[in-house]
Amino acid sequence: MRIPCPFCGPRDVSEFVTLGEATGPRPDPAAPDAAEKFFAYAYLRSNPAGPSEEHWYHALGCRSWLKVVRDTRTHEIESAALAREGAR
Amino acid sequence: MSKPMRLSNGGLLDRRREITFTFDGKPYAGHPGDTLASALMANGVNLVGRSFKYHRPRGIFTAGPEEPNALVTLRNGSRREPNTKATTVELFDRLVATSQNCWPSPRLDVLSVNQLFAPLFVGGFYYKTFMWPASFWEKVYEPAIRRAAGLGMVSRLPDPDHYEHATAYCDVLVVGSGPAGLSAALAAARTGARVIICEEDFRLGGRLLSEPHEIDSMPAIDWVARVEAELTSLPEVRIFRRTSVFGVYDGGTYGALERVSDHLPQPGLHQPRQRLWQIVARRTINAMGAIERPIVFGGNDKPGVILASALRTYVNRFATAPGRKIAFFVTSDDGWLTAQDVLKAGLPIEIVVDARAHVADALTRPLSRAGVRVLLDAVVSDAHGRPGLKHIEVRKDDKILQFEVDVLAVSNGYNPQVGLTTHLGGKPVWSEECGAFVPGELPPGMQSIGAAAGDFALAACLRAGMQAGRTLASDLGFASAPAAVPRADDEPCAVSPVWYVEHRGKAFVDQQNDVTAKDVAIANREGFRAVEHLKRYTTLGMATEQGKTSSVTGQALMAHLTGRTMHQAGTTRFRPPHVPVAIGAFAGPHVGKHFKATRYCAGHDWALENGATMIEAGQWLRPRWFTKPGETDWFESVTREVKTVRAAVGICDVSSLGKIEIHGRDAGAFLDRVYVNMFSTLPVGKARYGLMLREDGIVLDDGTTARLGPEQYVMSTTTGNAGKVMQHLEFCHQVLWPELDVAMASVTEQWTQYAVAGPKSRKVLETLLGDRFDVSNEAFPFLACAEFFWGDVPVRLYRISFSGELAYEIAVPANYGDSLIRALMRAGAEFGAVPYGSEALGVLRIEKGHVSVPELNGQTTAADLGLGKMLSKKKDFIGRVLAERPALTDPDRPSLVGFKPVDPGQRLRSGAHFLAIEAAATAENDEGYMTSVTYSPHAGCWVGLGLLKHGAARIGEYVRAYDPVREGDVEVEVVSPIFVDPEGKWLHE
Ligand SMILES: [Zn+2]
Repeated sequence: MRIPCPFCGPRDVSEFVTLGEATGPRPDPAAPDAAEKFFAYAYLRSNPAGPSEEHWYHALGCRSWLKVVRDTRTHEIESAALAREGAR
Repeated sequence: MSKPMRLSNGGLLDRRREITFTFDGKPYAGHPGDTLASALMANGVNLVGRSFKYHRPRGIFTAGPEEPNALVTLRNGSRREPNTKATTVELFDRLVATSQNCWPSPRLDVLSVNQLFAPLFVGGFYYKTFMWPASFWEKVYEPAIRRAAGLGMVSRLPDPDHYEHATAYCDVLVVGSGPAGLSAALAAARTGARVIICEEDFRLGGRLLSEPHEIDSMPAIDWVARVEAELTSLPEVRIFRRTSVFGVYDGGTYGALERVSDHLPQPGLHQPRQRLWQIVARRTINAMGAIERPIVFGGNDKPGVILASALRTYVNRFATAPGRKIAFFVTSDDGWLTAQDVLKAGLPIEIVVDARAHVADALTRPLSRAGVRVLLDAVVSDAHGRPGLKHIEVRKDDKILQFEVDVLAVSNGYNPQVGLTTHLGGKPVWSEECGAFVPGELPPGMQSIGAAAGDFALAACLRAGMQAGRTLASDLGFASAPAAVPRADDEPCAVSPVWYVEHRGKAFVDQQNDVTAKDVAIANREGFRAVEHLKRYTTLGMATEQGKTSSVTGQALMAHLTGRTMHQAGTTRFRPPHVPVAIGAFAGPHVGKHFKATRYCAGHDWALENGATMIEAGQWLRPRWFTKPGETDWFESVTREVKTVRAAVGICDVSSLGKIEIHGRDAGAFLDRVYVNMFSTLPVGKARYGLMLREDGIVLDDGTTARLGPEQYVMSTTTGNAGKVMQHLEFCHQVLWPELDVAMASVTEQWTQYAVAGPKSRKVLETLLGDRFDVSNEAFPFLACAEFFWGDVPVRLYRISFSGELAYEIAVPANYGDSLIRALMRAGAEFGAVPYGSEALGVLRIEKGHVSVPELNGQTTAADLGLGKMLSKKKDFIGRVLAERPALTDPDRPSLVGFKPVDPGQRLRSGAHFLAIEAAATAENDEGYMTSVTYSPHAGCWVGLGLLKHGAARIGEYVRAYDPVREGDVEVEVVSPIFVDPEGKWLHE
């Protein structure tokens, strides 16, 4: 698997660390239902068979956190963007 | 040396040079260009081993990596390698090979009595044997089966060779260098595309090395040489010989194994044995060719029975043959071409049997004209002879005819090599036109051509190659003028496969796994009819050749038994690796100490000079303790170090702790969000202990963070979590709060840091620093920090303590680390300063009740550790919301307290579980566990930290520390976790 880091170009997966499905944005901690929202944010994953939006960290590269759309069936990477630039 | 079966001329051998080798201890000779199999054959050695289950004598069946039988153990000593295919081993000088699975020799094998116990090994035997009483399985059946069945033995010695990993990139990867592969590579390379061509043989050419064709009016072998020369001259072409592509992975990544030194007695100086390539290709041409199929008849595994295409290779390429009385059993035109070649080589053919009633005259005429008996519409039903083939029975019109022969060449059409095409999930499809499974859905970017796609004729292969090479390159933007397709004839290649012939003897479907036609029938009878079930139930298609000669035949038999078509039956899916790959190649250089990086502190050499015993902490090597002359064990050294710190002063290398610089206008606000406590309010020149949680409310890490400037903090982390914390901080910034003006960098390796701890630590620093910096209590109180310069060297000083003593930590750029420790020790000499290691550090922190890695174990909350009060109520932070969940705030949760044995002579053990004194040792009565223990010189006994239910409320009570694993059961008193200076006065002195 190779991930096209927007900063470094296509790089081997061994340079990256995955955090799994991107479940953001982080809920509002002041909201009355913050407990339920944070529970879902921390634990609930949709585990799709198909395109999955994930957080990957280019640990052995530019240290960027990426938002990567990966097809879980084929490892095909549809897109990879800097997380800081994407919708949170 | 005489080689009785070497033809007097022909072959691609260097006959001027002779190579000597031994097989089962006996010396033989061959030539450069030989494989071990061809050299054995030339020497008249056709019996090379015994089979897996029944110990039947076996010979050489193929001329390539599809070989099921001729498995030998190659080399000896630590380089010994079992289950090596003699058909792929390039002969080298002083090669040593031994037969396997037979004792004392392949000719006389004591365990061939296994044939009498054949019922034990029938289809499904693995599963049926497991059904028997367990005690029988372990004591009787398994040892018996293990002794009797199996392949070669490993050396059990460390592998002396090394293996490399490498990566290559190309526009077009061509797998296979037969006519299709070579012309594809040429067409692609002429466009200027980057081309890699992988050939598993040591010579390019594929079947052109074995077949006497003409291309462009020259012998095919000359055409190969011309193409090879042109490819070599092109700068963007790389040719990998002795390289097998074994796996297809996503994103156009291919795994390939280059056998760099396997053709040498041993690797040259600094040369790897093998190199594992990761080839990243934009397009791939699969031109791996096809493998001829056997026919199932009685005794079809006898030494002397051989695939016709293999016989052609031995005759034409290696100038040898396994015998002198040759018969053919064919269902294909290709078999006749082999017969013609054999005739041309001057070898006598007894008979050609073709199951088909009609065969073109052009094929039969050269044979019959030479006086060869030709029988059409007939089959070979049984082969006989022991150990090798002596005669065959031919059935024609219900009459049985006998022929005395020692070679029977079998030709039943070809199976395209579809292996690689299924690695990403594609399923081969049955083609009636080819009489074979051809590639179905292909991996992205791959195209199969030539015989690998069921296109067997030569001219078609050349045409497909030129076409594919040009098209794929032009897809990628490389254009070229069309070039002429090399001229050649399309040879006849019709086939009407016969999978199974009525017979009397044992008829093998899979020779490597000793699976017979009867086993397939048993699988059918017992309901294991799906191809994937058939494979698992009978083991058909497993082991080193992975069904290359057997899978399709087994599936055909099952299709016949169940009345299904080949299309309905389908085929099993091949998975990587396509050929066996040594585990050593996958491990590559990452073995032993190379498994991970070793990081050395700047004071490493100094520590070794001073008697340090080192320990691995993450990737770091840290001094564990320092042995002084006369000290005899670690306990003595550690106790001395601890006592010296408490009474005078000690110096400890803390460089391996993570150090992260955090800069920016919002650095304080950022830290407020990642730590449970406040940092934005921390004054410049001050440090503070910080605790961070994971978003689920569990403690992630702790450490001291100092504010060196209005927009500059330096965070410290535990040694093991430095990387994880850095990643977490980057996540918080980049993903959660990119709007914050903050940036961070790990500086762990950039700074060397020493702790100076003990009542005399200030004196040491005064001596060291002189008037460069005022370290008096008034000028530099507890939790102060500062950065100043010594000459032009920056120095960072912190007044922080992990031991509970008056203490400092001093840091300089790592280049000056060695000078710093030497200067510190000089300054400390008059105060009795000693270096101390990580063991003493552990003792000191347990005595002080500081939590560390055993307590920050991924299961504890801040409250569990007695740090609940640190959680700020004034702000949000990572983990705040979920830390408030009922289960994490349950007062029943075990919390941190200290423990002392009631009998001060008793030792404590971490990992022991707490029980009420009278309670039974059951999980329901479990009240927590001991996390850290040490012998405390200060307390004069063992002390421990642990997590105990309602811990804080139970000080003064007694519980049991129960440790069934080490048979420990110690009565302990629950005490405060702080064993020294509970009021914390020493820190402020
Ligand atoms: Zn990057």
